Amino acid sequence: MNAESIGLLLDQYPGAGRDQLIPILQDIQERYGYLSKEAVVVISRRLNIPSSKIYGVATFYNQFRFLAPGKYHVQLCRGTACHVKGSAALLEEVKKELKVGPGQTTPDGLFSLEVVACIGACGLSPVISVNGEFHAKVKTGGVKRIFDQYRAREKGN
Amino acid sequence: MMIEVNGQKIECKPEDTVLTALQRAGIFVPTLCYLPDLFANGACRMCVVEVEGQRNLIPSCAFPVAENMKVSTHSPRVLRARKTIIELLCSNHPDDCLYCGRNGSCELQRLTELLGVRERRYTGERSRHRPDVSNPSIARDPAKCILCGRCVRVCETTQSVSAIDFIGRGSRTKIGTAFDAGLNVSSCINCGQCIKVCPTGALSEQSSLKEVHNALADPHMTVVVQHAPSVSVTLAEEFGMKPGVDVNGVMVTALRRLGFDKVFDTSFSADLTIMEEASEFAHRLTRGGVLPMFTSCSPGWIKFVEQFYPKFLPNLSTCKSPQQMMGAVVKSYFAKQAGLDPHKIFSVSVMPCTAKKFEAQRPEMLFNGLPDVDAVLTTRELAQMIRMRGLDLNALEPDTADTPFGSRSTAGKIFGASGGVMEAALRTAHHLITGKELEALELKAIRGMDGLKEASLRVGDVSVNVAVVSGLGNARKLMEEIASGARPNLHFVEVMTCPGGCVNGGGQPYNASPEAVRARMQALYRIDREEKVRTSHGNKSVQRLYEEFLEKPCGKKSHQLLHTRYHAREEVAL
Repeated sequence: MNAESIGLLLDQYPGAGRDQLIPILQDIQERYGYLSKEAVVVISRRLNIPSSKIYGVATFYNQFRFLAPGKYHVQLCRGTACHVKGSAALLEEVKKELKVGPGQTTPDGLFSLEVVACIGACGLSPVISVNGEFHAKVKTGGVKRIFDQYRAREKGN
Repeated sequence: MMIEVNGQKIECKPEDTVLTALQRAGIFVPTLCYLPDLFANGACRMCVVEVEGQRNLIPSCAFPVAENMKVSTHSPRVLRARKTIIELLCSNHPDDCLYCGRNGSCELQRLTELLGVRERRYTGERSRHRPDVSNPSIARDPAKCILCGRCVRVCETTQSVSAIDFIGRGSRTKIGTAFDAGLNVSSCINCGQCIKVCPTGALSEQSSLKEVHNALADPHMTVVVQHAPSVSVTLAEEFGMKPGVDVNGVMVTALRRLGFDKVFDTSFSADLTIMEEASEFAHRLTRGGVLPMFTSCSPGWIKFVEQFYPKFLPNLSTCKSPQQMMGAVVKSYFAKQAGLDPHKIFSVSVMPCTAKKFEAQRPEMLFNGLPDVDAVLTTRELAQMIRMRGLDLNALEPDTADTPFGSRSTAGKIFGASGGVMEAALRTAHHLITGKELEALELKAIRGMDGLKEASLRVGDVSVNVAVVSGLGNARKLMEEIASGARPNLHFVEVMTCPGGCVNGGGQPYNASPEAVRARMQALYRIDREEKVRTSHGNKSVQRLYEEFLEKPCGKKSHQLLHTRYHAREEVAL
């Protein structure tokens, strides 16, 4: 992600004002996986909105992240069904295993963690999705095994 | 238009909110997030009142009046609501008044007392935040923040800087910079207007009291202090005197009692600034330099130009501010004269300003590796020092500042008010260009609290057009006009970061009303009216400094010691 490519993306929003801010942020996130500092500064200049305001808006919504996603993006469901099935304890276990919190990426760039509200797979609850692969009825004891699979896959490559 | 309040009819205007109508009628309603003249965000609900026909209590700050509206300001329901609000705010507050810098001046504390809160009715988990002490001027303690948003509004509206905003949502909401980074790498220009509007101890100046106390206790150090023009007309308020009382003489005595070896007057170096700046202006005007020239004494404004308008950097006067000029001549001329090693001089300034702390630390302000000024105290910090020593300003005998930098003209003194620098500069520029004194020294058109003031003045054959702005929101408007070419004939612009100038600086006593600020300003002009030496070039000590040391304004020595450079900055550090 560099200023030039972000600038090109913004060219698709001629004359954009503050009402276009959220669609632009979504577009950037979809393209690059996250909102970099540089992106926010470039948007700030183009839309004439202070960076602090853009950051304020972006942090209001859960959907935006500010760190590059890992090679494996982990989504942990905290919806109602998963909650009833113990996803709170599961989240703690995942945080402990990956040593990062929601919105963060492991220093080796392998995993990033995101908490989502409902993944639409309540029958499989509690559920964790890794790059779209669903892991159903996960128990805290099984967390390490899931991530070890991906680690092994990396070593194999 | 009439409304009925607590059974009594009161007059109001159609554009009134319920709150402004009540305030004009002298009916007290507590407020917390409300700031006069700025957008009412209705965030705190402290000003709620009961209105007949309305199911819910309404926030009076954000509710328009209507004919014959029936308002109840202190019904049991209203009082219960207000008290509950305070109790809830307290439940997420460190509750550590004994250790807080705002103990005694805190609005949350005052309202807690006022509403008779006598127990901790709600307890539970509190938000946890780390303090941000990254910035040399302003310290933030988000744990004490009640999210009223006053700082956000002042930063956005009054100053057009928007260094901070609400971050996050719900119980995780906090005030922070872009990317929640330290204030030091944000677009904050260090003005401290946020500190002045903060109702609690969430924002304060970065204190330098410890360094100053340590230096005073060091027998090998000569500790020199300078006090800014506006400090003598605001310090009194910290000791219960009414706004606009000039305590210059007793303040000098107090500074000596505190142990400072030499007391110098920044108004002296303000005169020196004028000698340099008026010469620079005369040079630009008569030899075709970059115009309009912008004044450079307000460090918040300097950072503002560096990050928002870098292409106008050549328009800024290269003169250092009076604080830095004093610092520079203290460690050069004075050191030599007194036979002191500059390394053994600790130079302190007392300023109405938090941005001065940042300015003193700028790398450009080093000479041979030594900073011009070692520590900057705000007016509030000086008051704290005086109280700590138990000195009674009412009981001290007045004294005068020390030579060689103790005497000033009144032109240097009015630097503390918006328009003062311009007035002082024009008095001297006129003399420089025409060889004659201005016939009417007082330039009334550029005095007062207006955000933008303009005047034209005949100087020799030219009509010099000047503008004076204060508050960076006003400065931004003018800059946009200049950038768009709408103001081709402007020659000289004075900009003060804070509305009204240094008398309303971010380091001044808390809780000053607009009337208090006006009184402070008037005190400076009263001094100007009553004294004889009213031009900077008429200051004999300044003349002597040039004869014995600097040679001539904008000369070689001046450029080494009294002038500086600026550089473009990113708004947000990447």
